[in-house]
Amino acid sequence: MTLLSIDWFFIIEKVLLISGVLVLSLVVAMYSTWGERKIAAWIQDRLGPNRAGPMGLLQPLADGGKLFFKEEIIPNTSNRFLFILGPSIAMLVACMTSAVIPWGDTLTIAGREISLQVADVNIGILFIFGVVSMGVYGIMLGGWASNNKYSLLASVRAASQIISYELPMGLALIALLMMTGSLSLKDIVEQQRHGLWNVVYQPLGFFIFLVCAFAECNRAPFDLPEAENELNGGYHLEYSSMKLGFFLFAEYINMFISSALMATMYFGGYAFPYMDKLGVDGNILTLLGFLALFIKTLGFIFFFMWVRWTVPRFRYDQLMRLGWKIMIPLALVNMLITGALVLARQH
Amino acid sequence: MVLSVIALISALGVVLSKNPVTSVLCLIVTFFTIAGHYIMMNAQFLAVVHIIVYAGAIMVLFLYVLMLMNLNAELEPQKRNWLKYAGAISGGALLVVLVAALRDASMPALSTQPTEVGLIKNLGQILFKQYVLPFEVSSILFLSAMVGAVVIGKKD
Repeated sequence: MTLLSIDWFFIIEKVLLISGVLVLSLVVAMYSTWGERKIAAWIQDRLGPNRAGPMGLLQPLADGGKLFFKEEIIPNTSNRFLFILGPSIAMLVACMTSAVIPWGDTLTIAGREISLQVADVNIGILFIFGVVSMGVYGIMLGGWASNNKYSLLASVRAASQIISYELPMGLALIALLMMTGSLSLKDIVEQQRHGLWNVVYQPLGFFIFLVCAFAECNRAPFDLPEAENELNGGYHLEYSSMKLGFFLFAEYINMFISSALMATMYFGGYAFPYMDKLGVDGNILTLLGFLALFIKTLGFIFFFMWVRWTVPRFRYDQLMRLGWKIMIPLALVNMLITGALVLARQH
Repeated sequence: MVLSVIALISALGVVLSKNPVTSVLCLIVTFFTIAGHYIMMNAQFLAVVHIIVYAGAIMVLFLYVLMLMNLNAELEPQKRNWLKYAGAISGGALLVVLVAALRDASMPALSTQPTEVGLIKNLGQILFKQYVLPFEVSSILFLSAMVGAVVIGKKD
């Protein structure tokens, strides 16, 4: 169906895909809040939420409803526009990254090949990097616009923390890129499908990326911007109602997306061992691949939560020392070794 | 077209806004529109690097400093009148010089066809073959800037 020389099926397909991915991230983020509390309870030998629905499964809905119906308070001394812009940016940026992640191989429906990736741009990884570097604005603007000393301190912390940890993250990615020779996430997954997973070649790079992902998501042990016992909740101190909800929600979406990214870049994405020898139909294989990616992602989310409830928070100078004096040199060494090995393999 | 209009409006916003934080935010919007132009010229790599470096890192540091300085429109010292006039005159003089210099400049017709140079593969080939010397020289420049910053930071 082409009308006005536009392929309408293409547009419908992309719109469906985008909404699907968005709904998926929102639902996963929603149930991450439930999962987080269940896992915390399990680690601390408690029961966790169990009142709303069976096993407390309706808890996220109850929480969301509560947040929506709470009174919205915008402080008098705040900068109104920026105060609202803060959580909006946080949410927008959190949702943007999912566009370049290949959620699965192609589906064939009625003779059309539909790729389960919203946009296969040839700069996929750089796109993610750019979006991640935007993420800090939500926190910074929100914290500054609240006009509160704790919020300001938190946004200053967030800015320097995120910039510091972006560097080793980028360096770890460069090592990965030198190996794969492509910036497109789809290509990276396809390479892993036919070979070993990248984590085998890049264990140090993966470790660095993992630590930096914790820092970029402001998750414990690097959750200094919201350290509740020194900053009273930090950048979202003045926020109430759903604007607070957006900040918290953005954190969970970020966690989901970075888990999916780690699964894609280092753990084979939608590829799983022996997937080409199963001898099942293409569409079913694609769905199985999606399931594999989803399970890997959930595994990483579990890891995020596990660490949060196990490791205590860093002090701020320790955080900076770790970032600049340990992670960056490690990442540089990793890059050098990778470069030498790639060169050796070529000759 | 739309992009250019937004770019111009936000660039004006940078200069005209009273609040320095608003200024910085307008500058970020300007950077995004410029990146949009790069993408339309098929230079995706340049666009993304532009966003990462300028909007993602440099402007965050700008904002960081501004937030700590706590600037307000009321607290800003009023400049003397002669300073304003001097600024206007020198700005106008610069405009005249620029116009005079550019009046005769021929505008080579920009090809509207998207070129492939901006794609990352070709860009890498060009940087490391044709322009390898300037590339290395500029990297030495960056290195010296970094060393200088560390030296200044270590002084106390």
